[in-house]
Amino acid sequence: MRARLGKMASNRTFWRGLASIAIFLVLWEIGSRSEQWMAADIFAPLRDLVRAMGFRKDYLPWVGAVPAPSAVLASWLEVVDDPSYWQSWYMSLFRVMAGFIAAMLIGIPFGLALAMSRTAYGIGFPAFEVLRPIPPLAWVPASIIFWPTQELAIAFITFLGAFYTIVINVLGGARSIDARYFQAAQSMGASRWDIFRRIVLPGTLPSIVVGAAVGMGITWEVVVAAEMISGGGSQIGGTSGGGLGFFIWNSYIGGSYEQIVVGMISIGIAGYASSELLRWGGRYVTPWLKVR
Amino acid sequence: MNEAASVRPPVVPGEIAVRGVSKSYGAKRFRKEVVRECSFTIERSKLTVMVGPSGCGKSTLIRLLAGFEAPTTGTVMLDGQPIAGPDRDRLVLFQETALFPWMTTWDNILYGPRARGELSRETRDFAEFLLAKVGLQDFRDKYPGQLSGGMQRRAELARAMINNPKVMILDEPFRGLDAMTKELMWEYYSRLYEENRRTNFFVTTDIDEAVFLADRMLVMSNIPTQVRAVIDVDLPRPRRLADLVESDRANDIKKQALSILHAEAMRSFSRGSKAAADFVEAYLKRARRG
Repeated sequence: MRARLGKMASNRTFWRGLASIAIFLVLWEIGSRSEQWMAADIFAPLRDLVRAMGFRKDYLPWVGAVPAPSAVLASWLEVVDDPSYWQSWYMSLFRVMAGFIAAMLIGIPFGLALAMSRTAYGIGFPAFEVLRPIPPLAWVPASIIFWPTQELAIAFITFLGAFYTIVINVLGGARSIDARYFQAAQSMGASRWDIFRRIVLPGTLPSIVVGAAVGMGITWEVVVAAEMISGGGSQIGGTSGGGLGFFIWNSYIGGSYEQIVVGMISIGIAGYASSELLRWGGRYVTPWLKVR
Repeated sequence: MNEAASVRPPVVPGEIAVRGVSKSYGAKRFRKEVVRECSFTIERSKLTVMVGPSGCGKSTLIRLLAGFEAPTTGTVMLDGQPIAGPDRDRLVLFQETALFPWMTTWDNILYGPRARGELSRETRDFAEFLLAKVGLQDFRDKYPGQLSGGMQRRAELARAMINNPKVMILDEPFRGLDAMTKELMWEYYSRLYEENRRTNFFVTTDIDEAVFLADRMLVMSNIPTQVRAVIDVDLPRPRRLADLVESDRANDIKKQALSILHAEAMRSFSRGSKAAADFVEAYLKRARRG
């Protein structure tokens, strides 16, 4: 009975989500077609009003200039057959994963060390706090100089994007573990190592999951910008190997506005899919949270 | 039940002596004394209940007994040995649940033996026995978040008992439970105590709870904490709530403790205020007249 109710609820949310996307697409289509529709004589007063407000064109310029979803879809169907489009996906995903995994591998132990040891905190935290406000994109020129290949430079920048968030979350999570858990474990005769392994680690796990999810989002934001600025990484000049950021930039240079939107939506899908994957993994490693 | 009895390690009750203990916090100028010159004994195999107004430093005293903190002056001794740091022979049940949320009931109960590397067939059998004793067999694979308040308290009792401590220290363990569950827990807990006669130290602000459970009752002053009175609660065991409600002796003890507590509460209420002090003065005068 409960399972069936749950299924119905999830179905309802599914349909709502679908409706949300459909309404968005319809409004978008209407907006971008307004240019043609507004040309009719009935809209002359509206055109005058728009002109009086300072817009120079005969239509509503802020949406009219965007390609319609139908045009975007057509353009998408074209590039779906193009291996270089999928190569862009692969390159961006590869860079995101490289940066993200490095950030997890370094960030989690670093954050735990800061939380557990006063010495580590005293030495590590001030430097960390000075570097943290520097936006990852400000690192682009420096890292292009520092790192031997563009590929490493981009991966480093994506790493930075996730690293700070993960460390801050791990540190905060480990510190907010209730002191009573430590006292209880201590009085039952637990060693320091046991307290770390069976209290600190699982107690921090929910924060690690949150940090990873937020960090993953930032990674996607950063990788696209890094690809645009650095000119697409290893193979400059072509869309192959440039990643989705460079795919967008290249479409802009080439004047294919539909493809810009294709690139944007691709990033949206990629980001959503990786966050969803993380959330799923997070639920799997913290089974006690779901039961509340 | 016979088979289960063989599983249980023998209970070795301890005795805690608190001698001239004071505890202050803060640097010189902002020093705040929480416990002042406190001396009492938690007698072997007895259930000692400490009752006092809230915020009077009872929890501080518990941290001293458990060894989480050291007293500023004085000593706390277990069976004649001064205590140094937390140990399994003095286990604390905290105010709200301190079950590890990421472990199932079963893993929580087994935490102590596992942490000390003492996991054996016998400890597993003992854990099984305790799980049945607290009536949570059907909840062995549930997380604490899935248990009700009363179940959490029982799971925590089991988690403490598996370590077979010499003294159990309970810091307002039934606070926050609804009235029905609370009364059930009183009867359950006192039956548990009557079975093994382990030394128990129970801290509460609830006078009914204190009278129902106690062999000896320590009535505390306001901050800085001192023992105002020691009352022997000579009510027959096993105790049942129904018997106690009708017992004149229980009512007398309750009245006696209440009058001390009341004076304490009034004194702290009136502190620093002339009007309040006058009010208390008048109140006490009238109370004395009868």
